[in-house]
Amino acid sequence: MVVLALLIVLLAVASYYLAFRRASAWGETQGLKSLPRFHGNFISSWVLLSAFVGWVLATLTFIWLRRTPEALNEAIREELVNSQPMYSLALALIFSSFAFLVIWFSTNPNTAVRRWLESTQRRVMMVAAMVAILTTVGIIASLLFEAYHFFQKIPIQDFLFCTQWSPQTAIRSDQVAAEGAFCVAPLLVGTLLISFIALLVAVPLGLFAAIYLSEYASSRVRTWTKPILEILAGIPTVVYGVFAALIVAPFLKDAGSAWGVSVSSESALAAGLVMGVMIIPFVSSLSDDAIQAVPATLREGSLGLGATQSETIKKVVIPAALPGIVGGVLLAASRAIGETMIVVMAAGLTANMTVNPLEAVTTFTVQIVVLLVGDQEFDSAKTLAAFALGIFLFAVTLMLNYFALKIVREFKEQYE
Amino acid sequence: MSFSLKDLERRARRQSAERRFRAYGIIALGVAAAMLLTLFFTIFTTGISAFWRYETAIEFTLDAKTLKIDPTASYSEDEYRSAVRKAPYSKVIKNAVYGLFPDVKKRKQKIRLAKMVSYGAESLLRDTLMSGDAKVGDKIKLWVPLSDDLDTFLKGNIDASLPEKKRRVKDIEMSWLETLESEGSIRQVFDWGFFVRADSREPEIAGLGGAIKGSFYLLLVTFMLSVPIGVMAAIYLEEFARKNKFTDFIEININNLAAVPSIIFGLLGLAMFLNFLGFPRSAPLVGGMVLSLMTLPTVIIASRNAIAAVPPTLREAAIGLGASPMQTVLHHVLPVAMPGIITGTILGLARALGETAPLIMIGMVAFIASVPDSIVDPSTALPVQIYLWVDSPERAFVAKSNAAIMVMLAFLLVMNGTAAYLRYRAENR
Repeated sequence: MVVLALLIVLLAVASYYLAFRRASAWGETQGLKSLPRFHGNFISSWVLLSAFVGWVLATLTFIWLRRTPEALNEAIREELVNSQPMYSLALALIFSSFAFLVIWFSTNPNTAVRRWLESTQRRVMMVAAMVAILTTVGIIASLLFEAYHFFQKIPIQDFLFCTQWSPQTAIRSDQVAAEGAFCVAPLLVGTLLISFIALLVAVPLGLFAAIYLSEYASSRVRTWTKPILEILAGIPTVVYGVFAALIVAPFLKDAGSAWGVSVSSESALAAGLVMGVMIIPFVSSLSDDAIQAVPATLREGSLGLGATQSETIKKVVIPAALPGIVGGVLLAASRAIGETMIVVMAAGLTANMTVNPLEAVTTFTVQIVVLLVGDQEFDSAKTLAAFALGIFLFAVTLMLNYFALKIVREFKEQYE
Repeated sequence: MSFSLKDLERRARRQSAERRFRAYGIIALGVAAAMLLTLFFTIFTTGISAFWRYETAIEFTLDAKTLKIDPTASYSEDEYRSAVRKAPYSKVIKNAVYGLFPDVKKRKQKIRLAKMVSYGAESLLRDTLMSGDAKVGDKIKLWVPLSDDLDTFLKGNIDASLPEKKRRVKDIEMSWLETLESEGSIRQVFDWGFFVRADSREPEIAGLGGAIKGSFYLLLVTFMLSVPIGVMAAIYLEEFARKNKFTDFIEININNLAAVPSIIFGLLGLAMFLNFLGFPRSAPLVGGMVLSLMTLPTVIIASRNAIAAVPPTLREAAIGLGASPMQTVLHHVLPVAMPGIITGTILGLARALGETAPLIMIGMVAFIASVPDSIVDPSTALPVQIYLWVDSPERAFVAKSNAAIMVMLAFLLVMNGTAAYLRYRAENR
């Protein structure tokens, strides 16, 4: 295996050297259209590229083999699958040797090798840019594929219109257990409740911080206070999760019992408050951008008519910047809905259909984690349910992002 | 012009509204700062103690009979090593601890006494024998870690005023500790091994080494994948792509991917890489692939900004001197844009280092008691380790997880600091 990999590398190096030598020799007797090093680079980059293509093709074939048991005789199939790396590399070597031969015999002193090389490089770059599309397609395809299997087991109306979420299905196939109930309504309520609490914290704090920083603060205060928000944005979510679970939730519980109110130790309030702190920077930085994009002439006009600074902000600047601020809030909401670690660590694990912030509720992301931790069987409704939830989550966040970005873009164009 | 009393009142009202409004801004920033300080303060105060550990000095008798190693028999080198590896050190430890307090006779108390020192003592004894520092039959005095409960107690994290039944550390254990302390055989040392050892079910010997190495591999894979692909994509989009529907579509995709919840990337990794492509579970290779898809938008956007900021005169001069468009980009534009690209990459990697949810999806939450040796070995990562420790029931793991947060934040600080420094240098050149 290592030998094969080394052979491919060796072929790439040798082909560079050989093509370089041959082109140099040509150059001594007659004119060359491209420099020798372009000849070398061109041939060795195609050797490597085709090796990669061969390897990918072989790997895909093996995946097909593994997933279609009826394709081949069992013994042959097993043997093939067992030596997958070797066969893949062998195919890669065959492809690269082929590429070497083709290029070696099709180039001559008059070939515009540099142009060919550059168009190859450009193509490779284009493929790299297309990885973004491939990722999106991959996400949608894998979510849809697994969710489709889920909806074959659980009818979609049972998933959408009901009130019970208890995904405990039989662990072993011979067990007779109640089919789990899969219903998004309690999760939706829980997700919205926690996100709403988070926005209730983040929008006023973020907005006032942005107003102060962009309208009142001197540049010195700005350089000293802006990092607070940047650090808040840079802290990993798992740290917020620890903070919520170990500090905020027990604090709320103690405070509740001191006041005679029973607060769950996994209350929506604790998760929501900490999540609110986490998304302050999203609200503030986008609001900041929006406020700064408002033309100075608007402010000057208002101040010139005798309004105080706060009146100018409230009556002129904020209304003018409103679309940008709304866009920021929508982005923050999408962040809150998709946030995982804080709720996994601080929110409840069992579904509970309530809007009482002192009780434990659960969210989409928590349930995805709960369903998928541990060993998974890809044919059980429990595992597949996670993908159905995933597609729900993806659709909701995508929609929020799309509208947010659209609003922000149109707002920016308005003042340009 | 004269002002009536009403006018003056109104002016006062408007001015106080002005002051109030201004105060709201300061309060908002103050709340954010207070939250940040509380966060850091609680992490620091709960976590700092985990970097030290209490040890006690005990004299162990490595007698041949307990160890089941016959001194008279002639062993070959290999046989001797395997005998040493398999020897029942727990008995040696038990004997030594019983010897410390010979008055203890009750069965329950003896069990507590035997649990006084950590399991880690067994491997300590094994290592001393293996390295040849002591021979079978010797008596050696070693500093061994105390059990996690006693360690937590000595650090002051268990309230001694609670009734005995509610305490993990009983009165008799407290009296043993007092005796040992008066003899001077208890000490607190900085636990360097915390950064090296792998995870364990026993808090006092659980370390962060496996997680640090796992995170390192993850970032390595992420770096190797996202930087070449991201920079190539940025060059294409910024320098070569024509403005058409296809390019717009790529851009929309990049912008949307930047805002997709990280857990969705985890689902992609689970369905695509693990289920469909059959890659190994819990491996940094798959985690790195998922994280690189996540960081790709950051790298592309940062690289595009850096490339766009290169003055067009540079390109025009290169083209004017006969360079091809590709040569212009690779030889002239890219080197100038490099500081910006590196800054963006470091910020993207810092984000990837703290990412937890996608790693949970691809099975990196498994309990792994060994340090990974390659990118396909099962492994955890720093943020996942924090999550696992917080979820553990033992009290001592709380301090450990906060200490792990401190380590992770230190790494993040270094990465972000480097990025800030590079940006500062590029701006002031």
